[in-house]
Amino acid sequence: MKRSKLYVLIGTLLVAAMLLAACPAPAAPAAETASEPAAAEEAMADEVVEIEYWQYNFAARVNAMDQLIAQFEEANPNIKVVHNADIPYAEFRDKIAASVPAGVGPDVATLFYGWQSVWIDSGYLVPLPEDAFPPAMVAEEFSPMVQASFVEGTLYTLPTAVRALALFYNKDLMADAGLDPENPPSTLDELADQAVACTQRDDEGSLVVQGFVADPSAQDHHWFREVLVRQFGGVPYTDDYSEVLYNDEAGLQAWNYLLAFHTELATGDRDLFDGSTNAFVGGHVCFHVDGSFRLGTIANNNPDMNFGVTELPSHNGVKSTFGSYWTHGLTKKAAADQARFDAAVKFLQFITSADAGALWVDIVGELPAQLAAGSNPELLADEKLGAFAAGLEYSHATFFADESQQRQAIIDSFDMVVLTDEDPATALQIAADTDQEVLDDFWSSR
Amino acid sequence: MRLTLRQRQIIWAYIFMSVALVFFVVIRWYPTILAFNVSFRDWNVFEGTGPWVGLENYQEIWQDAGKPRSSVTAAFSNTVRYVLFGVPSQLVLALAIALLLAQIRRLSAVFRVAYFAPYVTSAVAVAFVWNWLYQPETGLINQALDLVGLPQQPFTKSPAQALPSITAVAVWQNLGFAVIIFLAGIQQIPGHYYEAARIDGANAWQLFWRITLPLLNPIIVYLTVLGTISYLRLFALVQNMSPQGTGGPLKSTTTVVLEVYREGFSSYKMGYAGALTVLLFFLILLITIIQLRFFSRRVEY
Repeated sequence: MKRSKLYVLIGTLLVAAMLLAACPAPAAPAAETASEPAAAEEAMADEVVEIEYWQYNFAARVNAMDQLIAQFEEANPNIKVVHNADIPYAEFRDKIAASVPAGVGPDVATLFYGWQSVWIDSGYLVPLPEDAFPPAMVAEEFSPMVQASFVEGTLYTLPTAVRALALFYNKDLMADAGLDPENPPSTLDELADQAVACTQRDDEGSLVVQGFVADPSAQDHHWFREVLVRQFGGVPYTDDYSEVLYNDEAGLQAWNYLLAFHTELATGDRDLFDGSTNAFVGGHVCFHVDGSFRLGTIANNNPDMNFGVTELPSHNGVKSTFGSYWTHGLTKKAAADQARFDAAVKFLQFITSADAGALWVDIVGELPAQLAAGSNPELLADEKLGAFAAGLEYSHATFFADESQQRQAIIDSFDMVVLTDEDPATALQIAADTDQEVLDDFWSSR
Repeated sequence: MRLTLRQRQIIWAYIFMSVALVFFVVIRWYPTILAFNVSFRDWNVFEGTGPWVGLENYQEIWQDAGKPRSSVTAAFSNTVRYVLFGVPSQLVLALAIALLLAQIRRLSAVFRVAYFAPYVTSAVAVAFVWNWLYQPETGLINQALDLVGLPQQPFTKSPAQALPSITAVAVWQNLGFAVIIFLAGIQQIPGHYYEAARIDGANAWQLFWRITLPLLNPIIVYLTVLGTISYLRLFALVQNMSPQGTGGPLKSTTTVVLEVYREGFSSYKMGYAGALTVLLFFLILLITIIQLRFFSRRVEY
């Protein structure tokens, strides 16, 4: 009796599944159909076009964008921009994903440049119109790293601001260790030496002050790929980022350099204080590779810390830094309606202008993406921002097929060495294989 | 047609139940069935519609499972390990505590509250507190180890210890529920069984093996089934206790549900995630049927 009930239950579920499978998948955006007549009415009545803009919640960004929107609406009284910035960072992608089947969501969305490929591949972002954003203009006027927004020659997004990595150093800890706080490391060898000199342990051998913490889950996976590999004479990927190249001799040297902070030199342990970033912000670490966005974190959490920022150490005379940016794209929701699309294009032009970049750097602390605003002498002379601004001209932005998976590949291989004593060369090869698989997956489906 | 009072009562009962039924159909069953549908499609959430691809998602899972260092294989084998470590320890501990609690009269309410509190605490809050307890150097547990001269342990930072460490937290969190249910079961056993046995000369050990344990069988089955299902669906603790919520280090703590989430909401491969969900559904169904068939037997005296 019990068993027959069970069969009935399973049978019902299967039949229901078949029935549902037979009908078409639920139609996407109701907005596409609903908005057309609505837009036509709007045009006839010569009414205001309303577009929606989304970014994740970060107070300085919200404030800066509010000011930009106010300026934009004043110059374009027939366009109204609805600003949605209520979504916490951790949920931003989930909410965007959930908004699409619901037929709501942004016309203009801000996304991390590393997410572009996934969003483009899924058809969520539409190409930027060439007449409004000529590729030649972008190549000439924007920081070179913005080239990462071209996918197979088509421009999909454009940023207001960009960031680069630089070396943060804790002046007080340096002074305690007898190092000169006005002379932070300028080469990789100096960094290794000074990190060792700065490291302090108590009687039982526990770390009290960490010289440098190798932590690929923070920014060090970027530092390895785009900076260290190049400095040891290699290149991380082919120019089109379709093939991994860091698994060669130069790559291995770079890899060993990074690992040494954890193994041979033992200048730090990323498991203390929940990672290298928290440890530096808490004042327990001498040297730390991070982006300009960390300035705000430090100002909020440890405003009294006596620290400086300098360009990333060079090696063999090679300077490099990893550039990255939050960028703005136009969604297929905007593209579904000509009036809204035109308004969205205008808005995007406005928020990616040099003026917008200049306003952004003042409020958010990210560097203007437009070279005109980024090479401003005042900015270059800034005690903290200057080091990042100087890096813009030699920065590289990795083109990611899937940022989280490619990052995880480096983290896992690092873990293999430090947690399971895997041979560094083998671990690096595994990272390269995993990374290559992600790239193959992406390029083969295009 | 005239209805009897009884018939009218039944009709009203159905009317009231239908409200709950609508809720279940719309909020629970429809999405469940939809997951089956999605698992047969190449559904990327941004595209809205996805082409029918038959069993391709399942084939992809099968292929991925065959690769070295596969997340899927790790997820399924870890999930089974969570069940194997978690369910027995939860049952044994809960039964022991319940037996002790049944003995005491004073402060028993205080103890019950203390054991039950973790169960009603948010898993995220629990995860954060335990993360701090497990910290190397600064964590309370490692400082305690230091104090008694034992070596510090990496806990969630080590591939070998991470899964047992998270299981321990899950056991701690679910313990209170099992204790309360056991306690109710123990209190239902008629006292004269014990009296009769004692007169016949049974010792405490025999009382436990011959009376308490057999009569608790339905409760043990119930808790085993519920516990197994909860460990098979483990997610929040792992997401909040593994580094960056990735199920690491080195995939040592990842679970099927975590992989579903990562595939669905990080790589946006809803079809693949849907197929994983369906596989988990059948795994749960299978294990539950087996447990119900083999463990339930009626014990009557």
